[in-house]
Amino acid sequence: MKQIVPNLAQTLVVALAGLASLAAFAADQPVIGLITKTDTNPFFVKMKEGATEMAKEKGAKLMSAAGTKDGDNATQVTAIENMITAGAKTILITPNDSKAIVPALQKARAQGVMMIALDSPADPENATDALFATDNYKAGVLIGQYAKAALGGKPAKIITLDLFPGHPVGAQRHNGFMKGFGLAGAPEKSSNELGKAPEIVCSADSFGDQAKGQTAMENCLQKNPDVNLVYTINEPAAAGAHTALQRAGKDKGVIIVSVDGGCAGVRNVKAGVIAATSQQYPLKMASLGVAAGVDYAKTGKKVAGYTDTGVTLIADKPMAGIESKDSAEGLKMCWGK
Amino acid sequence: MEKSTLTEAASAAPVAKTRGHMPAGLNVAVLGPFVALLLACIFFATQSDRFLTGGNLSLILQQVAVVGVIAIGQTLVILTAGIDLSCGMVMALASMVMTKLATEQGLPPLLAVLCGIAVAALFGLANGLLVTRIRLPSFIVTLGTMNIAFAATQLYSNAQTINDLPPTLTALGNTFTLGGTAVAWGTIVMLGLYALAWYLLRETAAGRHVYAVGNNPEATRLVGIPTQRVLLVVYVVAAILYGVAALLSVARTGVGDPNAGQTENLDAITAVVLGGTSLFGGRGVVIGSLVGALVVGVFRNGLTLIGVSSIYQVLVTGVLVILAVAVDQLSRRGAR
Repeated sequence: MKQIVPNLAQTLVVALAGLASLAAFAADQPVIGLITKTDTNPFFVKMKEGATEMAKEKGAKLMSAAGTKDGDNATQVTAIENMITAGAKTILITPNDSKAIVPALQKARAQGVMMIALDSPADPENATDALFATDNYKAGVLIGQYAKAALGGKPAKIITLDLFPGHPVGAQRHNGFMKGFGLAGAPEKSSNELGKAPEIVCSADSFGDQAKGQTAMENCLQKNPDVNLVYTINEPAAAGAHTALQRAGKDKGVIIVSVDGGCAGVRNVKAGVIAATSQQYPLKMASLGVAAGVDYAKTGKKVAGYTDTGVTLIADKPMAGIESKDSAEGLKMCWGK
Repeated sequence: MEKSTLTEAASAAPVAKTRGHMPAGLNVAVLGPFVALLLACIFFATQSDRFLTGGNLSLILQQVAVVGVIAIGQTLVILTAGIDLSCGMVMALASMVMTKLATEQGLPPLLAVLCGIAVAALFGLANGLLVTRIRLPSFIVTLGTMNIAFAATQLYSNAQTINDLPPTLTALGNTFTLGGTAVAWGTIVMLGLYALAWYLLRETAAGRHVYAVGNNPEATRLVGIPTQRVLLVVYVVAAILYGVAALLSVARTGVGDPNAGQTENLDAITAVVLGGTSLFGGRGVVIGSLVGALVVGVFRNGLTLIGVSSIYQVLVTGVLVILAVAVDQLSRRGAR
């Protein structure tokens, strides 16, 4: 007997939820889903903020979900299914696993749902209708060019603190940096392999994490104490590299460049810890995505292909011939706290 | 009269069993990791002339200090035939509590540190009470508290890193010079804690009780040792050690990092298992866990020095863990 009461309650809740979604249909309010990698990363917090604002402005209903941690594919697949059941006609997703998500994407699109990848592509890229993302290769090129100018003709001894093996974003930033710096043998944009060059004396995986970045930098410094340029996959790794250099008493003569444009990172540009960083715009990715979703609901027209959401070089010591903005400008556009 | 004889017999049993096991345990399960560490060091010394420098060895010790201190607590729990999956997350929560209180709330740094350690101890108390009073398996209890501590860390910190810490919080990251080599205070804290744990486990009654509870809880209880209280104390002391590890982590990185602790969780268990402590409880030497942590640290450092991707360190760790557990299992079978 006791079992029946919660069951009844559950049924009621489900029925009410059903009525509520019917009401949403009745009002002809476009329903848009947003699925991020995690709930906790400030990058995705900002992304959700952009989606919420745009949904409010356009009168759409936004549902959001996230994986439990980086790499969690199953939760994202469940979220897609639930959102379609709830009437979403457009779903924006940052895939945790670019390949594993593909069958779920295909199933959703077969039901007429427009799928848009934000920030990272699915693999193959055309598994989604469209991609709104930073050009990570270009982000690398910008800091590579800056580093070349900042070094001023001195022979380069470079340490790279990369993401982890085989990740396309990690490879694109690393290889773009090589290209921008003008290193021989810089791989092309499509490569998922990290390029090598004699000037790169040590490469280590940081997993984009501050503590692991610090450990990786310490170990590289043991091998090559005479480094003068450090490329880092993101700003937490850059902060870790700086701590390692500081402990080794080498934080003055070494240039650190990075990618992301989070507020903590831009403040580190201001403080002189990071020489230059390429800023990306999660808010813009999400607001463009929501706008496209509302458009699709109203006109039935889908967006297609890749849209570059832009990247800006943030540096407080501008170099001749290289376009950049200072940290004050960067702080206006940054994400996180 | 008869009762007292029984008690004596039972009392002799677990103690004799532990003593009888210790040298054998030392031989196989503890010498093994030492040999692995030594071989790794010799290999890297021949491959890179920078490996065997004072500075590099001191660096490796610094890099394993956080996992090393967590592993002391984990060793205590595993010696009682339990496991603590919450260790890394409790450490992360403690580090956020101490950094946030010291910066945003403006508490005196030492008080903030004590608060962080107290929060960790509360988690240990919760683990211990659930294991002893409700008799839930430690695996399940700490799986629950691991998730609770992770969520609490994210909610409390709003997933934001805490910067600009007062110097007191990072003091253990500072170094002093010993024979021309910079040694971090955090390393000294870790080594001191290992010496203390080793002494307490080996030479005091309380330490022997920890082994006895892991070996044969029923016999131990019959002897009149309060097994439930021993277990409770073990979980609380372990959590206090996670709190100390939190301070070391903060001192080393110079920030309060809400994403800390996620790899330390399993890394600490790996160190304990590599160090020859039996997952079935009652056997092991705490110094072994330091050796276990060092094996991982030496591979990570050495592979970078010779220019090989550190992903091979993960591979080697996996192989060594299986070897360590297999050796433990085989030596147990031999003892029967």
